[in-house]
Amino acid sequence: MIKSKNRTGLVFFPAFDWAIDPTHPEREERLLYTQDQVFEEGILDIEGITEFKPDLVTATDIQRTHFCVPDVWSVTTESHFISAGGAKTIGMAVMDKKIERGFALVRPPGHHAMRVVHGCRGFCNINIEAIMIEYLRKAYGIRRVAIVDTDCHHGDGTQDLYWHDPDTLFISIHQDGRTLYPGSGFINELGGPNAFGTTINIPLPPYTSEEGFLYSIEKVVLPILADFKPELVINSAGQDNHYSDPITNMNFSAQGYARLTDMLKADIAVLEGGYSIEGALPYVNAGIILAMAGIDYSHIHEPDYDPVRMRQARSITQQIKEIGDKVLSYWQEREAIKEKLRPAGPFTERNRRIFYDTDGITETQREKIRICSDCGGALRIDSETDSGARILAVHIPMHACRACQETGYRWFGEARTTDFGKIYLQDRPKDEYLVK
Amino acid sequence: MIIGLDVGGTHTDVVLLDQENLVNQIKVRTDESDLFQSVLEGLSRITEGVDPKRIERVVLSTTLTTNAIVQGAMPNVGMIVSSGPGIDPKFFRTNEHYYPVAGSIDHRGRRIEPLDPDEIKAVGKNLAGAGVRYVGVVGKFSSRNPSHELEIRKLLRDQFEHIFLGHRISGNLNFPRRIATTFLNAAVYPVHKEFFTAVKRSLDRHGMKVPIHILKADGGTMSLDYSIDFPGQTILSGPAASVMGACAFAPEDRDVIVLDIGGTTTDMAVLMGGVPLIDPFGIELSGYKTLIRSLNTRSIGLGGDSVVRVIQGQLTIGPDRLGPAMGYGGSAPTPTDALIALDIVTDAEKARSVAGLEPLALTLGISIAETAERIFNLACDRILSESAKMVAQINAKPVYTIHELHEGYQVDPKTIMVLGGPAPYFAKRLAQNSSYEVRTVPRWKVANAIGAALARATCEVTLFADTERGILTAPEEKFKKNVGRDFSRDEAVEKAFELLKEKALVKGEANAQDLEMELLEDLQFNMVRGFDTTGKNIRIKAQVKPGLIHGYGAVAKKLSEEAER
Ligand SMILES: [Zn+2]
Ligand SMILES: [Zn+2]
Repeated sequence: MIKSKNRTGLVFFPAFDWAIDPTHPEREERLLYTQDQVFEEGILDIEGITEFKPDLVTATDIQRTHFCVPDVWSVTTESHFISAGGAKTIGMAVMDKKIERGFALVRPPGHHAMRVVHGCRGFCNINIEAIMIEYLRKAYGIRRVAIVDTDCHHGDGTQDLYWHDPDTLFISIHQDGRTLYPGSGFINELGGPNAFGTTINIPLPPYTSEEGFLYSIEKVVLPILADFKPELVINSAGQDNHYSDPITNMNFSAQGYARLTDMLKADIAVLEGGYSIEGALPYVNAGIILAMAGIDYSHIHEPDYDPVRMRQARSITQQIKEIGDKVLSYWQEREAIKEKLRPAGPFTERNRRIFYDTDGITETQREKIRICSDCGGALRIDSETDSGARILAVHIPMHACRACQETGYRWFGEARTTDFGKIYLQDRPKDEYLVK
Repeated sequence: MIIGLDVGGTHTDVVLLDQENLVNQIKVRTDESDLFQSVLEGLSRITEGVDPKRIERVVLSTTLTTNAIVQGAMPNVGMIVSSGPGIDPKFFRTNEHYYPVAGSIDHRGRRIEPLDPDEIKAVGKNLAGAGVRYVGVVGKFSSRNPSHELEIRKLLRDQFEHIFLGHRISGNLNFPRRIATTFLNAAVYPVHKEFFTAVKRSLDRHGMKVPIHILKADGGTMSLDYSIDFPGQTILSGPAASVMGACAFAPEDRDVIVLDIGGTTTDMAVLMGGVPLIDPFGIELSGYKTLIRSLNTRSIGLGGDSVVRVIQGQLTIGPDRLGPAMGYGGSAPTPTDALIALDIVTDAEKARSVAGLEPLALTLGISIAETAERIFNLACDRILSESAKMVAQINAKPVYTIHELHEGYQVDPKTIMVLGGPAPYFAKRLAQNSSYEVRTVPRWKVANAIGAALARATCEVTLFADTERGILTAPEEKFKKNVGRDFSRDEAVEKAFELLKEKALVKGEANAQDLEMELLEDLQFNMVRGFDTTGKNIRIKAQVKPGLIHGYGAVAKKLSEEAER
């Protein structure tokens, strides 16, 4: 008899009737063969593995995380409510101790969705992991969370959402941004002035294989996690590092994903990308589920798997080692560097241009943060798109100090509706969302 | 006229129906050690004084195969399992002679790794050497491409009496269940075949040359001939008989919970608009998870004869049964004794029941009447809470499309129908303790046999098209055809219904009037490779709904009216 070591939960929502458009990688067919494999392997019958029906998130859940312009309904479809809801269902099941670990095998994905949402970027509209985390923080009072994003693309949306949050450790391990969308995620992206060091990027060279990924997990990610001591570890489990993925250039495998899952021991995994729908996803997902449940996955592999062919070049191994060393040294010296880089004034600003590739929108942002050693800091975002939609978004973080709360309300109060189409205030301590 | 016979653990219930009347109903004691005798006795007693030529149909539901499996009384069979990459097939071992072999087919039915004929022949030699006569052959994804299973059979067919192939059992994807189900079919084949050949011979001798139908767990019937190749389908038909019995009298305008309160267990099911719900996966029995289609039923160890105890100051009921109630000569107090002590049941020895409840009353420090009340309420409340759980489980079933999630029909029963020995007593109390409307099924003591008699032939067909590969296939039906790129979902549905009709009429010997068909799955995907649509992946599953045969509505109506009077 086969039995799981860890009580493991699964939300499987393949959204068989939703696509960005008919030939888009994010289409109805994406999880079809994964379903076939999961069903045929009898995974849902395994004692200790439970399948849950996804709850839908609410607009309030989304507004706890995002500023949707002009409103939630305009930038989401029902599938996004279900996909984020699937992650939330798993998160709640873990917190309620119904399961020890869980995997939300849902689509569409979310890790390219940033705090302000004007449309769809990198196939993502809303950040399903962040919506789950912020819900769990509110409902269960947890504070320290780590997100390990193993999708092949830099998780720039999640990075943006937690850039100023010292309570969230965000680690993204991905194909080097010089060679792949979205072109970010370099080693020196380490977080905002109030949360310096809790953003970590591990860009890997193209053609990294099992050896390189697992090295980075073991030697870099795990020690940092052990230092940070999160209450909850989330894996943004993208599967596009696979050697057969059509839109990336890595050499990872189903065995590698299973090993990675086994090493990381995340409490919650959420599916992100992965577009080799026949050659990779069926095997990778089976491997991840078994590894989470603590079941022997040694016989899981792709039909055409050949570890010899996938061996990485020695030069790549060397590069990966150097990257890892550098990341670790930044981590160890983060407090000192933070002090050194600390801006002089009470506020600091950055200007950014954000491109929504899927929807063809360009957004210009002026972001202002209150420098604060007591909390994540009040945040003010003046955002305008090339089609002229201008908004102001004010965010008061969950554990904001009094001064930052007052600053947030002052910004919100002072802003004039003649200057902005919409003015939003996200008051996390009060769990309120105001619009004017 | 129709005979319906349902073998239960203690009684075998038999009814004789014509188009207007329940002509006769009897109960004979089941002799577990000689079921054949019990069946024969039931059949010969119900037909006493009846012209055998007037009997048109016999439907049997027995515990034969269920008992064989539960007791592990199965012959040596051989299992040959071809897995390919995935979970190690050693986890799915069913029995001693279990051989994982090379060979692999993928999710689209493409051959990834060939079989090794020498390996198969060597396994065959081992099995034959061990005296094995029945063999099961199962491949992963064989319901997409059965060629490896067929090849293995070809290599070994001369050496064994019967070889069972996994892809013929179900079109569903679930390799471990396919293995277990194929194993069970092979293992109960000899006992099933021997038994029903004997029944048929005996009926022939009595001048009844009528079609014999066998009840399945999904509440439908199949012909005796068909059952010989799929004996596993007869497992756990008992609860299905009861549900079909309730079906005959159920309203069609609402959802209903069916409760069959027996001696040892209470079996529960849900009717949606008069139609019983099917379990999406399959029967579980004695640790075997199978692909055997069944009604969605839930069984709890709480019946009229369950043992009542006080544990740490709390009353408990069941899950064990130690014999009849004390009022009927048993040795331990039961819910039935509570009914006797409360004068609800009056044909027993009340003094014995009261004596049985006394120690419980003393421990609880309350009167005997109060103890009996509490037992009765506890039994009813547990049945109510378990049935609520069942409804919640049905409603929590995951769905995979936005449409289904959005439109998802939620079962919301407000009516309970009760059958089984103590049905009327429980019905009253269940109604008092809940907000349900509670009805007793007419002829509640033999409604199960009525259900068996009136059940129609059911079956299911799974059709799979992959137009990129140019194939249309239903391996379970031995159907395969090449199709063009323009093959459509509509054509697939038409083909599925055609195959279903054929299966029901030929193999199930169904009546054309009883072919109430519906789609269970209807999915179509564009297959995109690169930026081009290269084909369509179509999945259709169709079934003949479980229900009652045409032309016998008048009997049910009459019995209902009779019950209301
Ligand atoms: Zn990606
Ligand atoms: Zn502050």
